[in-house]
Amino acid sequence: MTRFEDELKKNNFVCSACTKCQHLVWPPSEFCNRCFGDTVWRPVSKNAKLVEVSGKDGKNFCIAEFEGNVRVFGTLLDSSHPSPGQDLILEYCSYDGTPKFVFKSS
Amino acid sequence: MKKVAITAVGITKFNKTEKPLDSMMLSAIRPMFENAKNLEQSDVDVVLTSTNANRNYLANIISELSGMKPKISHSVESLCNSGTNSLVSAYAYVSSGLADVALVVGADKADNPGLVLNWDMARGEYVHPIFWSSMFTSAHMRKYGTSLEDLAYVSVKNHKNALDNPNAYFEKSFSLEDVMTSKNLTENIRLLDCSMPCDGAAAVVICSEEKAKKFTDTPIWISGIGQKTISASFTKNNDLVSMESTKSAVADAYRMSNKTVDDIDVVELHDAFSVCEIIELEDMGFCQKGQGSKFVRDLYDTANKMVNPRGGLIGAGHPLGATGISQVVEIYQQLTGKAEKRQVSNAKTGLVHNMSAGSTSSTVLVLES
Repeated sequence: MTRFEDELKKNNFVCSACTKCQHLVWPPSEFCNRCFGDTVWRPVSKNAKLVEVSGKDGKNFCIAEFEGNVRVFGTLLDSSHPSPGQDLILEYCSYDGTPKFVFKSS
Repeated sequence: MKKVAITAVGITKFNKTEKPLDSMMLSAIRPMFENAKNLEQSDVDVVLTSTNANRNYLANIISELSGMKPKISHSVESLCNSGTNSLVSAYAYVSSGLADVALVVGADKADNPGLVLNWDMARGEYVHPIFWSSMFTSAHMRKYGTSLEDLAYVSVKNHKNALDNPNAYFEKSFSLEDVMTSKNLTENIRLLDCSMPCDGAAAVVICSEEKAKKFTDTPIWISGIGQKTISASFTKNNDLVSMESTKSAVADAYRMSNKTVDDIDVVELHDAFSVCEIIELEDMGFCQKGQGSKFVRDLYDTANKMVNPRGGLIGAGHPLGATGISQVVEIYQQLTGKAEKRQVSNAKTGLVHNMSAGSTSSTVLVLES
């Protein structure tokens, strides 16, 4: 999935979207996992919602959800624990062997 | 479908050794041929191996090293529930009549590659299993008020049970304080809340009803099977206080066996982390949602061994490819009255729950004497 990784390295979170049914396919794939239609790359909104949060060594990590469908683990910059459902913004993303997503409360 | 029975079991000590995988598997296989009456290598027409070790044609190798020439021979891999997946495959061969006798053996080393899941991009940089378990824990604490002490009781109970299991990795008990003060891996997961990857092997022989009479006077019947895979990505399990695949699998297993949770006398469930045991007890109907912690505490206070009598994955260790089969070995021993100090009195019906990849895939078996 080189395009996905390359875009992450440029701070762009892209995902594959079905050209037939418009479903946002996560994780990215050449084919739609609903209808097997072909997919194209498209940017994912930077707006997300907090699903759950925990912490390690003073740093918060969370699961965040984009566009009601795409859930990822990422780092949460807030020092306190916001509640699930809280609006988040994707502050930064990258790729270094694994995807990296960094969020903050919006 | 033909009835299918477990007629022989074998298991090794769970530990960390220099012993190669093949040798570990053979060590689990040998006692079955030594102890089962009339069982000969020539009786076996299916050999399935369960491992995450990325070994090519391992079932053929094990067959040759064991002096067997089976009709069907291959490996089954599905991370932590590889063992029960292989047993279900063997069941299918026997129940369909394609084979009469199947030998299933699972093994893994502590450093096996099944511990880190590189495909799951949704995990981002948080690839270690402690991160998904920490999410389950946060959600359960938030919704049901589960405390760190509640979680610690799972570990204390299962380490205590493991003391009566001569094959367990851990050979010492841990107090509540020991668990509570063990190293913080996340803000809600401590070292002793975690199962321990280790070396180990376990094996079973299953066969048709006609063959079972030849090999044993006390067959244990596989009466219910449920399996469900919802995804490979952890984040597809939407409700973090529940395990969707487990709920589906246990419903199917109860339906197939015509049993309910009230019929279950003894359970081996997949306590990869403390929170897993609490959620699984709730999802499989042993208690209401939110009551899992209380259920565990009652088991501990009354020294009731019905849940994870061999110590679970937390007390006995977690050699991935062997884990599900070792759970089956324990329930077999319980239902045949051979569990010694771990014996749950008058156990007639048992349940095995084995899952993988943060509960995205689950297998549930109902076994009966």
